[in-house]
Amino acid sequence: MNEVQTMHGLLLAGILFMLGLIGVLIRRNIIYMLVSVEIMLNSAGLAFIVGGSKWAQADGQVMFIFILTMAAAEVSVGLALILQIHHQLKTLDSDAANEMKG
Amino acid sequence: MQLTFYISAFVAIISTIMVITRFNIIHSLLYLVVSFLALATVFFILGAPFAAALEIIIYAGAIVVLIIFVIMMLNLKGEAIEQEKQWLTPAVWVGPAILSFILFAELVYVLVTGSNNGSPVVQQVDSKAVGKALYGQYILAVELSGMLLMAGIVGAYHLGRQKKKVTHRFLEQVEE
Repeated sequence: MNEVQTMHGLLLAGILFMLGLIGVLIRRNIIYMLVSVEIMLNSAGLAFIVGGSKWAQADGQVMFIFILTMAAAEVSVGLALILQIHHQLKTLDSDAANEMKG
Repeated sequence: MQLTFYISAFVAIISTIMVITRFNIIHSLLYLVVSFLALATVFFILGAPFAAALEIIIYAGAIVVLIIFVIMMLNLKGEAIEQEKQWLTPAVWVGPAILSFILFAELVYVLVTGSNNGSPVVQQVDSKAVGKALYGQYILAVELSGMLLMAGIVGAYHLGRQKKKVTHRFLEQVEE
């Protein structure tokens, strides 16, 4: 059998979450921000998989499937919002969308 | 097997760094696919083959293709890359990067000093066990996620709807 330290898997999840957080913070393009949120959700799923692998239970993968479902719904609504913002403001700059009234 | 884990973890980290630093969005989406594939390998090594298959099919297949479709609809030109280069200056990214590194260092400290002696032997959790848990004790959450997907479909349709054109596109005045 193989041996993988639980801590190293969790460290990988932490590194990926940090990279996604940096991407959300430093980017001004809305599509990049959405992609970075996807990276963060994916790393949260990785943490669940690592936990499920440590105790050899199926619950980690079940939680990963729920995160996957949530990410799919989130990305579809987010992309519709991006299309609407590009249609109204003619730009993808997130700073341009600072008014409630389109 | 352990070496495979470290190699694919390295690939995942490098490709994720490339995702958040590229100027051309198609390039960064291709790096995102590589990152997802590397993470699927990690899932497989961790004894979760069903999650690895789902990672490839849904993340690398469906979600990235959806984003690429939207980018094709937006019809971005070369000046978008120039604008990205203007937006991503060192003055912009240094501060958030340092703060995120501090948070990550705290996380590493908690992980290293905590009582964490992982079981060394990885056991496979096959899709049969996942399906039993999913449709057994988690059946209510499955129905709730079905409702969430329905709300996502309705919301995406409502938000993405364009106004109906009254006149023909050759007859309407050009306004820019």
